[in-house]
Amino acid sequence: MAHASSLTRSRRRSAWIFLIPMLAILAVVAGWPLLRTFYFGFTDANLSDLSSYSFIGIENFYAVYDGEAYGLLIDPEWWQAVWNTLFFSVISVSLETALGMVVALVLNQNFRGRGLVRAAVLIPWAIPTIVSARMWNWMLHDQFGIINDMLMKLGILSAPIAWTASPDWAMSAVILVDVWKTTPFMALLILAALQMLPGDCYEAARVDGIHPVRVFFKVTLPLIKPAVMVAVIFRALDALRVFDVIYVLTPNNPQTTTMSVYARQQLVDFQEVGYGSAASTLLFVVIAFCIMAYIMIGRVRLDEGGH
Amino acid sequence: MADVVLKQIRKRFGPIETIHGVDLNIRDGEFCVFVGPSGCGKSTLLRLIAGLEDISDGELRIGGDVVNDTVPKDRGVAMVFQSYALYPHMSVFENMAFGLDLAKHSKDEQNARVMAAAKTLQLEELLDRKPKELSGGQRQRVAIGRAIVRKPRVFLFDEPLSNLDAALRVQMRIELAKLHEKLNTTMIYVTHDQVEAMTMADKIVVLRAGTVEQVGTPLELYHYPANLFVAGFIGSPKMNFISAKITQVSQQSVTLKLESGKEVSLPVDGSGLATADRVTVGIRPEHCSIADQDTALFTGTVEVVEHLGEAGLVYVRTGSDELFVARVAGDTAIKTGETVGIQAAEQDCYVFDTADMAKRRLAVDNAPLKAQMALN
Ligand SMILES: Nc1ncnc2c1ncn2[C@@H]1O[C@H](COP(=O)(O)OP(=O)(O)OP(=O)(O)O)[C@@H](O)[C@H]1O
Ligand SMILES: [Mg+2]
Repeated sequence: MAHASSLTRSRRRSAWIFLIPMLAILAVVAGWPLLRTFYFGFTDANLSDLSSYSFIGIENFYAVYDGEAYGLLIDPEWWQAVWNTLFFSVISVSLETALGMVVALVLNQNFRGRGLVRAAVLIPWAIPTIVSARMWNWMLHDQFGIINDMLMKLGILSAPIAWTASPDWAMSAVILVDVWKTTPFMALLILAALQMLPGDCYEAARVDGIHPVRVFFKVTLPLIKPAVMVAVIFRALDALRVFDVIYVLTPNNPQTTTMSVYARQQLVDFQEVGYGSAASTLLFVVIAFCIMAYIMIGRVRLDEGGH
Repeated sequence: MADVVLKQIRKRFGPIETIHGVDLNIRDGEFCVFVGPSGCGKSTLLRLIAGLEDISDGELRIGGDVVNDTVPKDRGVAMVFQSYALYPHMSVFENMAFGLDLAKHSKDEQNARVMAAAKTLQLEELLDRKPKELSGGQRQRVAIGRAIVRKPRVFLFDEPLSNLDAALRVQMRIELAKLHEKLNTTMIYVTHDQVEAMTMADKIVVLRAGTVEQVGTPLELYHYPANLFVAGFIGSPKMNFISAKITQVSQQSVTLKLESGKEVSLPVDGSGLATADRVTVGIRPEHCSIADQDTALFTGTVEVVEHLGEAGLVYVRTGSDELFVARVAGDTAIKTGETVGIQAAEQDCYVFDTADMAKRRLAVDNAPLKAQMALN
């Protein structure tokens, strides 16, 4: 390809012309803040006075004063947050995928009122997280919550549980709410994949008398796998950044503090912009690492999976 | 192996009935072809036999057993779909082996069956490929192979060749015919292509709008079509129809006056007809010849001449709306705009009454057909 034809060149030119506005906006609203956050991570900036700060190298991450080490990399609270985040992400995304698959398989069947049910299933996803988290907060309330009330009436519980405050239950409560909220999204993505499946294959399997369970594992699952893998990436990205559910449902609980919550705490509550930015930078690195590992291990084909 | 018997089979989709009481008797080992125009219910009928659709009314027997309420897999049928319906993520081998019951057939037996089918269909080199790496004809063969390995009592084909190009179709047609000869299993084959029907079938079932118009061997349908629809459907190019008025009628012959004024006497059984009745005369293009204008049945102006190579098709405007088609020698010198006379032998003409039913032809002279009829 020594010379692209003039047609190709003019096509390329118009492609760039169309892309420039978007790239410019992305640079302003995403690129610039990102770079600034990176930069702040290497400074001692403080929220009380953002006009004066100085570059301190990697001291936010790791520094030794008088033989004692400081910094994010050896902060047990940070590593607890990383662990919480990973735990939350793996469990909730797995549950959402499994449940979403079941819901999608049901919604893919022909039954009366299917359209209505499909719309109804989406409601949890449509409610803003703040609202639904607040709602669950009330339902899970240790004294007035309906959940405790019902479980006690059924005789399952003898004393109410402080779901969102107890160290044993807080993470489960957060996962429950997240699964409740996001399963519809997963179901919808999987349903879309199911509807792309070649229907005649299923008729062929029926004539051949292949057991439906075998058909599911040998035909349906392999065929929707690419789409499911992409859906899982979407969800994993969301889950690794999780903030709002936890902030509303279980504030200041070390058992549920995730990386985002930790970074916000440093930035806003402790006014440590430099340290908080360093945490945000690490958060970015951790997420990037997780997703890359997932893509490589799962051999996800991003170019094929979407359709 | 099994015979397939349909008794007053009906199919309703909601309130709409699409199959209106079909009676059919397909013998064991027979190659039976369903033909008919698009939407006449061929696929539906086949799917009823396969068990993919529920039978609304009537009785279906396969191998003597009533199978109305039997699930597809217990009917012992295998189906080849028009779209092939191969599993896109499986190799050719896996596609063919997938339908075999793991419990009933050991791994060795599965392998043996797939290899045997692959050999029959010349798929041995392709066993590791995915369907998308195959040509249309190869995919079709895989779909057939998948049916063969199951050793069904009845094969069902739904327009299996319609996605192939003309040359491949002819080749696959012959391969299917050979396959039938080899397996000698009952096969039911749906097509809208009457050439496929004529060349492959032991028995043709002509369907129209959910009812059976006629059942018979290819030659029976060609020489003794039951009505105008079958006469027009079987044969290519299609039969020409011209109207005429009866002047004399007997059980041995019918004398008619054509619109051209010419009178002819045709050897058909005229019972049920009366003088002055208006009837339709059918003449197949291949039975026409160009004649002198004074001896011809009628004359007309040539509008189009198609040169097929081995033959020529001459389209003649005779005054009526439709063009009259005559099949002539390939080296014909006839040109557009000429006025020509058309002639046909009396024994080659068909007569249909006012209800479009055919009158029995008395002078059909076809040796294979006679041999067939003597056998039955
Ligand atoms: N699932 C269905 N619901 C309602 N009507 C149907 C259904 N399937 C088929 N039909 C109707 O039944 C009639 C016969 O359809 P069918 O598919 O059997 O036609 P066909 O002879 O196979 O035509 P083609 O040559 O185009 O494949 C059509 O009028 C069609 O609209
Ligand atoms: Mg059809």
